[in-house]
Amino acid sequence: MSSVPLAAYLMLALILFCIGLFGALTKRNAVIVLISIELMLNAVNINLVAFAKYSINPGMTGQIFSLFTITVAAAEAAVGLAILIALYRNRQTVNVDEMDTMKR
Amino acid sequence: MLQMSWLIPLFPLLSFILLLLFRKSKSESTAWIGVLLTGLSLVMSVGVCLAVWQGEGIKTEGTWFQIGERAITMGFEVNPLNALMLVIVSLVSFLVHLYSKGYMHGDERFGVFFAYLGLFSFAMLGLVLSPNLLQLYMFWELVGLGSFLLIGFYYFKPEAKAAAKKAFVMTRIGDVGLFIGMVLLFWQVGSFEYDEIFATVKNGDISDGMLTLTALCIFVGAVGKSGQLPLHTWLPDAMEGPTPVSALIHAATMVAAGVYLVAAMYPLFQASEAALTVVAVVGGLTAIFAASIGLMQKDIKRVLAYSTVSQLGYMMLALGASGYVAGIFHLTTHAFFKALLFLAAGSVIHAVHTQNIEEMGGLWKKLRLTGPLFLIGALAISGVPLLSGFFSKDEILASTYADGKYGLFWLAVIAAFMTAFYMFRLFFLVFTGEARQEKKDGQKDVHESPSVMTFPMIVLGVLAVVAGYLNTTWFGTFLSDYLARGPVELPHGDHHGPVWIPLVATLASLLGIGLAYLIYQRGTLSRDWITRSFPGLSDVIYNKWYIDEGYDQTVVKGTTGLSKLGALFDRYVVEGLVTAVTTGVQRLGRIGSRLQNGQVQSYGTAAIFGIVILLLIVALTGGYFS
Repeated sequence: MSSVPLAAYLMLALILFCIGLFGALTKRNAVIVLISIELMLNAVNINLVAFAKYSINPGMTGQIFSLFTITVAAAEAAVGLAILIALYRNRQTVNVDEMDTMKR
Repeated sequence: MLQMSWLIPLFPLLSFILLLLFRKSKSESTAWIGVLLTGLSLVMSVGVCLAVWQGEGIKTEGTWFQIGERAITMGFEVNPLNALMLVIVSLVSFLVHLYSKGYMHGDERFGVFFAYLGLFSFAMLGLVLSPNLLQLYMFWELVGLGSFLLIGFYYFKPEAKAAAKKAFVMTRIGDVGLFIGMVLLFWQVGSFEYDEIFATVKNGDISDGMLTLTALCIFVGAVGKSGQLPLHTWLPDAMEGPTPVSALIHAATMVAAGVYLVAAMYPLFQASEAALTVVAVVGGLTAIFAASIGLMQKDIKRVLAYSTVSQLGYMMLALGASGYVAGIFHLTTHAFFKALLFLAAGSVIHAVHTQNIEEMGGLWKKLRLTGPLFLIGALAISGVPLLSGFFSKDEILASTYADGKYGLFWLAVIAAFMTAFYMFRLFFLVFTGEARQEKKDGQKDVHESPSVMTFPMIVLGVLAVVAGYLNTTWFGTFLSDYLARGPVELPHGDHHGPVWIPLVATLASLLGIGLAYLIYQRGTLSRDWITRSFPGLSDVIYNKWYIDEGYDQTVVKGTTGLSKLGALFDRYVVEGLVTAVTTGVQRLGRIGSRLQNGQVQSYGTAAIFGIVILLLIVALTGGYFS
């Protein structure tokens, strides 16, 4: 049924993860950073599903686990956005470069 | 009695401690503590000396600590030489204590003065009792400290402060020599004990060159303490201290320590002809050199100070010319008559409140006791027959002559002439003629000192006369028989040179007295006769041969120049290094703080790179670090 090998899925997940990582580490806008984190999570989801299907004894565990991950990611995104809004109200900016209170 | 002789130095120490405790006391009766305790020392010393006279001796030691296989010991030793020193030191110390009771009357720090006297006496007595060089060295330094405190007693006077520092530093130069000599001896012998050192020297286990070197190093220590030629300048300046201190330090104790050191280490010196010659030459030159300065000084105490330097030169000359007994003999007699002279001078100063002899005069009638006593002292030091100085000086001259040092012999004769001249110049200027002192308003009349001051002088006056009979060819040579029982092997041979030597010595001193009489009493010769005849020379002599100025130009300037160089080095090299280090650290810190910028993203980047590197390592090595 499928001629797509496991390596292709893993490659896709890797590329997706790297794009997400790059975005999370370089973007100034906190919203973009959040979106990039979602990308990384999704890369993980792809891995989970792919391994669930292609492992020695295939099953549903990985797929169900990825559903959980998506839910948690949604909750996380909600919390992250909430924090972001609170931060924005305080500082009038979403630029992560200016979020350097740790240094002071 | 002998077993208890270690108590002798402890009495003054006790006095020091007690008086420090009572130093705030306003009552001047605290002085009796010091007098009483040094009196006890004196009694014990006399007892010990009598026991030694009968041929006893003692040496007790215990191990202090162990270095490898070598034990460093501490203890005490009584032999004829140091028993005699004990008596001299404790006697003069006792009399000075008594005298100070009157002299220091009304001083604010009366108690402290007596405490210092106690400390000083303790150090000196301890020095004398030491059975080894190390212990001697410790007391030697304590003596230095005591003299520093006493000379600088009037610390509010800048001159006294400077004099105290000078005494300390100058003698310290000598101490370094002594220390080097001591270390060399320990290296060669492996012990600080006198006995072992002497035994090794006798066996010839030390090479001749090393013997001379160690002897000379030790002699440098003696030069510093005894105010011999190159290092003598502290001694006259030390006259800034109270007069009883001068009597104590310059008659019997500190300056005698140097002579005592040479005498105690005598076998070492005997083993090296060169060292003995150096001792004799330095002594002889010091004798005449200091005597010449004494001719021109105007301060009564300074004349006496230079006279002390000169007489110490005599003692060194005697020791260097194999006249061991003569040196010790002169040390003994000198202790008595010089202490007498200082105390008498103190009494004069006490009466007229000046030290300038030009301002004194005609005191003979006013000071009925001090005058004759001073005269006795002056006669004794000048070497007039039948007084103590005559016998000891004669013996020195005889042994110098017998040793074949004819040049030094004539130097010593000239010095004897000078001694007689300056002593009687002093006597005539102070005690005879018209009173030249202008009476200041509200000043009390000149009066004789209280009996607490005159009593010690009388005792010393008697001793200054009779001490000479300890060792005469007429009645017996008690002293040399006594000293011959000591550990030091006395040089054999007849030291009683030709008959004409006493005659020459007497002639020299009588000539000196006569000349002083003609100039200062009769006025037959004008007082500035010499000054006018040799203006250059007298100028040089009056300025003490410009020794102080010479040191100022060379040593002091050199040292300050060196320190300036050092300061420059410090400012530019050391400080430069320090600044380089601090800026380096600051820069490093700045780099570090730039890393920690508070940006979560850069931290994340660093973490990712770290993980990547770790993963790469794992991938390349195929597992964990192995």
